[in-house]
Amino acid sequence: MGDMFRRYGKSATFIICLITAFWLLMLVILPNVTLLESSFRPLLPVTEIGGPNDQYTFANYLKVFNGSIDTTLMGIPVHIPVHVLTFTLTLFYSVVVTLLCFVLAYPLSYFMAKIISPKSLPTMFLLLFVPLWVSEVLRAFAWWIILALKGPLSSLLVWLHLIDQPIRWISGYNGVLIGLVYTYVLFMIFPVYNAMSSLDSNQIEAAEDLGSPWWRTHLRIVLPHCKPGIASGAVMVFMLSAGSLLVPTILGSTTSQWFTQTIQQWMFDALDWNTAAAYAFLLLLMCTLFVSLVMRLFRVKLADIAK
Amino acid sequence: MSAGIDLENVCCDFGSFRAVDNANVSIEPGEFFSFLGPSGCGKTTILRMISGFIEPTHGQIRIGGMDMRGQRPNQRPTALIFQNLALFPLMSIWENISFGLEVRGVDKKTRRAKAQALLDMVDLPDAADKMVSQLSGGQKQRVAIARALAVEPKVMLLDEPLSALDLKLRQHMRAELRTIQKRTGVTFIYITHDQGEALAMSDRVGVMSQGRIQQVANPRDIYNNPVNGFVAAFVGENNIFTGSVANPSGGMAGFDTAFGRLNARLGEQAKGDNIKLYVRPEHTILTETAGSENTIPVTVSEVSFEGAFIAVHAKTENGQTLVAEVRNDGSATVPSIGAKRFASFNAAHASILPDASKGA
Ligand SMILES: Nc1ncnc2c1ncn2[C@@H]1O[C@H](COP(=O)(O)OP(=O)(O)O)[C@@H](O)[C@H]1O
Ligand SMILES: [Mg+2]
Repeated sequence: MGDMFRRYGKSATFIICLITAFWLLMLVILPNVTLLESSFRPLLPVTEIGGPNDQYTFANYLKVFNGSIDTTLMGIPVHIPVHVLTFTLTLFYSVVVTLLCFVLAYPLSYFMAKIISPKSLPTMFLLLFVPLWVSEVLRAFAWWIILALKGPLSSLLVWLHLIDQPIRWISGYNGVLIGLVYTYVLFMIFPVYNAMSSLDSNQIEAAEDLGSPWWRTHLRIVLPHCKPGIASGAVMVFMLSAGSLLVPTILGSTTSQWFTQTIQQWMFDALDWNTAAAYAFLLLLMCTLFVSLVMRLFRVKLADIAK
Repeated sequence: MSAGIDLENVCCDFGSFRAVDNANVSIEPGEFFSFLGPSGCGKTTILRMISGFIEPTHGQIRIGGMDMRGQRPNQRPTALIFQNLALFPLMSIWENISFGLEVRGVDKKTRRAKAQALLDMVDLPDAADKMVSQLSGGQKQRVAIARALAVEPKVMLLDEPLSALDLKLRQHMRAELRTIQKRTGVTFIYITHDQGEALAMSDRVGVMSQGRIQQVANPRDIYNNPVNGFVAAFVGENNIFTGSVANPSGGMAGFDTAFGRLNARLGEQAKGDNIKLYVRPEHTILTETAGSENTIPVTVSEVSFEGAFIAVHAKTENGQTLVAEVRNDGSATVPSIGAKRFASFNAAHASILPDASKGA
C-alpha cells in the first residue's frame, strides 16, 4: 500500500482503490447477496411482495426433495427425488470429467515439460491454444456435428470397416462428457504443466539411477511434486464442469440432465427465480463442500493450490 | 564389491559438436580416479555416459569387463551423485537414503535400519526423520553420499559434489570422501575443475581439455611431469619461455631463447613448432650472484605475501615477468622492490613441452 502511494501518488491510488471497490461491491457482492436473499423468499404475485406471506423460509431449498422416482444407480434400485438424482449424477459425471482430464493432461504435460526440446514448445502451446480462439458455442456445435449419428466420425469408422453400423455417440451422458473434457482439459494441462516444469530433471534421473523403474519414478517423485498443480487443475475442471450449462444443453441427449439445466428450467420455464437462486446456491455450496472434502482426503492445503 | 571401468575410443557428439573425443582410459577396481578440466570440457558428459544417461556415439564402455551398450541407468552397477545432489525434497532423510532399497522391494524395517547404519557412517546419526530443507549444505552432501552407497554400487560417480560448499567445509569433505572410499573399497570416479581437489584426493587423475583426455597419471606425475602446456598450466603456475630446441640428447635438451641457451628436460610430445619451456615458480630461485646455468638477470618489481609462501615478481631486461616463490619459513630473505637479482632454475625442474592443448 505504501509502495502504491509512492509510485502513483495519492489521488491515483485513491481512484484505483475506488474502482476496485466498485467492481467488487456492485458487480460481484451485491448481485450475489441479492440473489441469496431472494432464495429464502417464496415466489409470490407482485401484489403480495412485502405482504404478510413474504416470510423468510427454507422452502425453496427443500424443493429438491420433491417428486421421487424409481431408478437404478449402478445396479442398485433406489427410490430417489428426481432433483437429488440429477444433482448426484452431475457431481458424479463432473468427477469423471475431472479424472479424464487428468488422464489426458498428465502425460501431455510430462511430454511438454520433460521430453520435447524447448524449441518446439511455442508450437505446442499454439496448437493447444488455437481451439480457444473459436467460441465455446461453436466448439460444442462442432462436436455435435462430429458425433452426430450420420456424422463424420461414424462415417469414417464405417469406411474403415471398424464398425458396420453408425454409432449413436450422443446418448446418455457421453456427449456431455466428451464436450466437457474437450472444453476444460486446458484448465488441467496448464497447472500440471507448470508444476511439472518446476521439477528438477535431475530428480527423475536420480531416481532412475537408483534403480527405479519409470512407473515408480512417476509414483514417488513426479506425481507428489505435481500434487498442488493437479489439485488446482482438478478443482477448476470440477467446478467449471458442474457449473457448465452450455455443453450439457448442446451435447446432452434425451436421457441426460445436468443440474444447471434444472436451475435454468426453474428460471425460464417456471419463471421462479427464487427457487432457481436457491438451487444455484445449493450447487455452489455442495460443490465447495465436496471439493474441501476431497482436498482433505488427499492432504492438499488451500495455500498449495493458490500458488 | 568394486569394478573397473574401461573406456575404449569413446566419443560423444551433440549434433555436429564433439563433446568427448576418443577417450581411452582404464580405471582399476577400487581406484579413486578424477577427471580434471575446465568447465565445458566434457567431464559431465563422460560421467553421464558411464552412468547410462547418454549413449556414446562411438566406442565402448565396459564396467567390470561387461559391455554397457543398451543398459539403462537403472540396470548399471553405478550410482551417480549429481552436481546439485538432486535429493528428494518431499521425502524424509531416511526415505531418501532407502529409496534405492525401496525400489528393490526391501521391507520397511530393513530399509530403516540400513538407512540408520549409513547415517551413522556419514556422521549424521540424528538426521533420519528430518526433511532435506532442514539440513545444511555439508549435511545434504553426506545424505547424497549415503543415498548412493545404499544401493551398494560397484562404481560411484561424483559430479563436482563439493563445488557448492565453502572452503573449510570443502577441505573437510575431501578427507571424508577419501575415508569413505577407502572404507567401502568402491571405485570412485570424481569430477572437478579444482586442481587442488583432484591432486589431493585421487589415486590417478585424467586431465581433460576440449573433449580430449590430455594425460592420465598419478597426481605427482601430473604436477611434475605434465605432457603439454595445457596440463602444466591447469595444475599450477608457470614461468614460460619461448624459443627453439637445440641438440636434444638423453631426455634433456638445450632451448634457445632471448636470454640465451637454457637447459631443460625434453617432453615426449615436444615436436613441431609451438614448443615452450615451463618452469614452476617454486623451482625458480633468485640469487644475488649469477649461477652457472639457466640464469637470467632480473629486477624485482613486486613482492606479494601469500601466507604460506611469498611470491616475488621480477622483470627481465625485455620486460617479461618471472615469478619466484619462496616458502615463508622465516629463513627466506625477501628482496626489496627494484633490487637487481639473478633468476635461475635447475634443468631437472624445467620441461620443454608443446603449447597446444590438443596433442598430436
Ligand atoms: N545435451 C547437450 N546438447 C548439446 N550440447 C551439450 C549437451 N550437454 C553438454 N553439451 C556441451 O558439451 C560440452 C561439454 O559439456 P559438459 O560435459 O557438461 O562439460 P563439463 O561438465 O566439463 O563442464 C559443453 O560445451 C556443453 O555445452
Ligand atoms: Mg559439469
